[in-house]
Amino acid sequence: MLTSILVILFLAIIIGLVLGFSSVQFKVEGDPIVEKIDSILPQTQCGQCSYPGCKPYANAIAKGEADINQCPPGGEAGVRALAELMGVEYKPLNQSHGATKPKAVAFIDEDTCIGCTLCIQACPVDAILGAAKQMHTIIEKECTGCELCLPPCPVDCITMPEIKEDTENWKWKYPVYNINNTNLNQSKADH
Amino acid sequence: MNLIDKIFKFNGGIKAETKKAISTSIPIEKITIPKTLILPLRQHIGNMPKIMVNIGDYVLKGQIIAEADGSVSAAIHAPTSGTIRSIEKLLVPHPSGLPDYCVVILPDMKDQWIQKSPINWKKIGIDETIKLLLNSGIVGLGGAAFPSHLKLGVNQTNKITTLIVNAAECEPYITCDDMLIRERSEELIKGIQLVQELLGAKETIIGIEDNKPIALDQLNLFSKKQSSITTKVVPTIYPSGDAKRLIYLINGIKIPKQKRAAEYGIQMFNVATIVAIYRFIQFGEPSISRIVTITGNLHRPKNYEVLFGTSLRDLIKKSGGQIIKNDTYIMGGPMMGFKLPSIDISVTKTMNCVISAEEEMLKEKKEPLPCIRCSKCAEACPVELQPQELFWLSKSDQFEKAQSYNLFDCIECGCCSYVCPSNIPLVQFYRYAKSEIIADNIAKEEADIARERNDFRILRLEREKKERAERNAKRKLENNSGEKAKLIAEKRAEIAAAVSRTINKEVN
Repeated sequence: MLTSILVILFLAIIIGLVLGFSSVQFKVEGDPIVEKIDSILPQTQCGQCSYPGCKPYANAIAKGEADINQCPPGGEAGVRALAELMGVEYKPLNQSHGATKPKAVAFIDEDTCIGCTLCIQACPVDAILGAAKQMHTIIEKECTGCELCLPPCPVDCITMPEIKEDTENWKWKYPVYNINNTNLNQSKADH
Repeated sequence: MNLIDKIFKFNGGIKAETKKAISTSIPIEKITIPKTLILPLRQHIGNMPKIMVNIGDYVLKGQIIAEADGSVSAAIHAPTSGTIRSIEKLLVPHPSGLPDYCVVILPDMKDQWIQKSPINWKKIGIDETIKLLLNSGIVGLGGAAFPSHLKLGVNQTNKITTLIVNAAECEPYITCDDMLIRERSEELIKGIQLVQELLGAKETIIGIEDNKPIALDQLNLFSKKQSSITTKVVPTIYPSGDAKRLIYLINGIKIPKQKRAAEYGIQMFNVATIVAIYRFIQFGEPSISRIVTITGNLHRPKNYEVLFGTSLRDLIKKSGGQIIKNDTYIMGGPMMGFKLPSIDISVTKTMNCVISAEEEMLKEKKEPLPCIRCSKCAEACPVELQPQELFWLSKSDQFEKAQSYNLFDCIECGCCSYVCPSNIPLVQFYRYAKSEIIADNIAKEEADIARERNDFRILRLEREKKERAERNAKRKLENNSGEKAKLIAEKRAEIAAAVSRTINKEVN
C-alpha cells in the first residue's frame, strides 16, 4: 500500500518537473494559430474583411470573433484552406465583404496628380513614392491592389488596371476535353 | 571510339519512327539577309535583357542591342547591320500565342561587322573569359536556352572531370545537330577541346544515337586523333537526349532529384552550343544565327542556317510550302513541341525545328477515355515516376500531394501520353499543375514581402507617434524652466503692460 503510494508520488514529482521544465524551456512565443492563419491570408491589407489588415483579421479568426469567409482577395481557395486549418465546414464567400476580383495594380495618372500625399498615407505597404507638391507614382512590384488609395484621392487620378496575361505570367491551362460517351456506352454494351 | 562499351539502359522510353531522313538529303542552306529582322528580347531562361539602342539607331553586325540583366540572362546582338525600326510587342514563338517585346531591324544589306575581338583566353584567364561570355548571347541551343556562361562557370564551385557532349538528338524529325556534325565536325572537335579546357575536365564523351552513322563517322575521323575525346553510341530510344538520361546511358550515374550533374563532376553541352562558344572565343562572333530544321509536310524539307529574327514564313516559302495545305506548324519535336500560333514569327535561339504537320498528326486524335490504371505510363516513364498517380493529383488540384510524388522531376517528355491506351493528354495535366504551383509560390513570396512591408509600416507609424509625443513633452518641459521660461515670462510681462496701457488710455 505504502509502496504504491510512494511510487505514484515519485512518478508525479518526476512528471511535474519535466512538464514544468518544458513549459519554461520550450515556451512558444505568440499564438502559432494566428501565424498559420496569417500565412494563408493574401496580405493585400485591403480591410475588406472589416478589420484593419490581415493580421488583425487572423487574430479575430483565432479568437472566434470573425468568420472564415470574409476575405475576397483570398477567394474560394483561401476559404477552403482556412476551413481545413480551423477544422470547420467550408462556406461560400460572404458577398457583403465584396467579390473576388482579378489581380490589379494601382496606376497614378501623373498628369492629373497634384501631389497631396493623401494616397501615400493610405497605402498599407508603402508602395507609393512621392512628396508634398511632387508627383506621386506607384512602386508596381510592391502594390497589393488593395484599392485603399482610391477614396482619399481628391482628383481621382488613380485607376486599378488589371494585370494582363503576358508570356512571363502565362500559365498552362487545365486540359478540357469531352469524355466520349458513345464509346463508353458501347464498351458497357459489350460487357 | 569504342562501340562495344557498356551502355546503361534507363527505364521505359519509346521507340518511334524517327522521320529524320526526309530532311538530311540536302546540305544546310545559308539564308541571305531578309528585308526585316524581328528579334524577341526573351529568347532564353532568365531575366529579360536591357535594351541598349533607340529607334532610328544604326547598328553594326554583332553589336549588342540588349545587354544581359544580371547573371541569369543573355545579351541579344544585331544579326546584321541596319537601322532599328521599332521596339514593340509582336507575336513570338511561345505556346501562349501572346505577343512579347521585340526589336525590329531594317538591314542595310551591307552586312558590316562590328570590330570583332577574338579572346585570347589563355592570356586573360578562364574567369575573365567566362565573364566575357556573359555578353556573348550564347545559350543552350538544344532547346532549353539556359545561358552558357553559367554552365561554364561551375568549375568555381564544383570540380568538373567529364564533359559530355549531347549529340543524341532523340526527338523524331529534328536533324539540325546531325547536319551540323556532318558538315562542321572539325570546328566541333576544336570547340570540344576548348570547352573541355575551360571546364578543366579531363575527358570528353560524345553521346550520339545509333541512327546517325554519317555523323558518327565524321566524329570518329577527328576524335581518333584526340585521346581525351571518346564517342559513345547510344541506342535510339526516346528520350536519350535528355541530360540526366544521357548521363545514365553513358556513365551509369543516376543524378538524384534537385541535384545538378555538375555536383557529380559532369557538365553537358549540346553540339551547336559548343560550336557557338568556339566561334565566339576564336573569332569574336557572338550568337547571331543557328541551324534550324524545317521539315514535315513540305516540298523541300531541309536544314537552314539563319540569322535570328528571320521570318519563319520565308523559310516555309523557301521549302516550297506545304504539300497538303493545313496551316498547322509545330515548333520543336512532335513529342515535346507546341503548335505555333502563326508562322509570322521569327527564328529564335530556342527554335531547333519546325514541323509542318502531316496528315496522321492532324487526324482527329481519338477522344480521351477514362484512366483504367493499366500503368503503361509508369512502364514508359524514363524518370521512373508514377504518371497515373500524378494524373489524378493534377486533375483534382491536389498540388501538394503531386509534389510529394515528385511532379517537378517530370521532364514532360510525353512518353506517358504516347503510350496511354485511353489517349489522355497526361503531360498537359502535369504542365497545368506545375504552372499553378509556380504561380502559387510567386504569390506566396509576394504576400511575404507585403506582410513585411505592412509590419514595418505599422512599426514606423508607432515610432513616429512616440517620437512626436516625446518632442511635445520636451518642449513643454523647456517652456516651463530655464532661459526660455525667463524669456517667456518677460514677454508675458511686456504684453500685460501693453494691455494695461491701452486700457488706461481708453479709460482716460
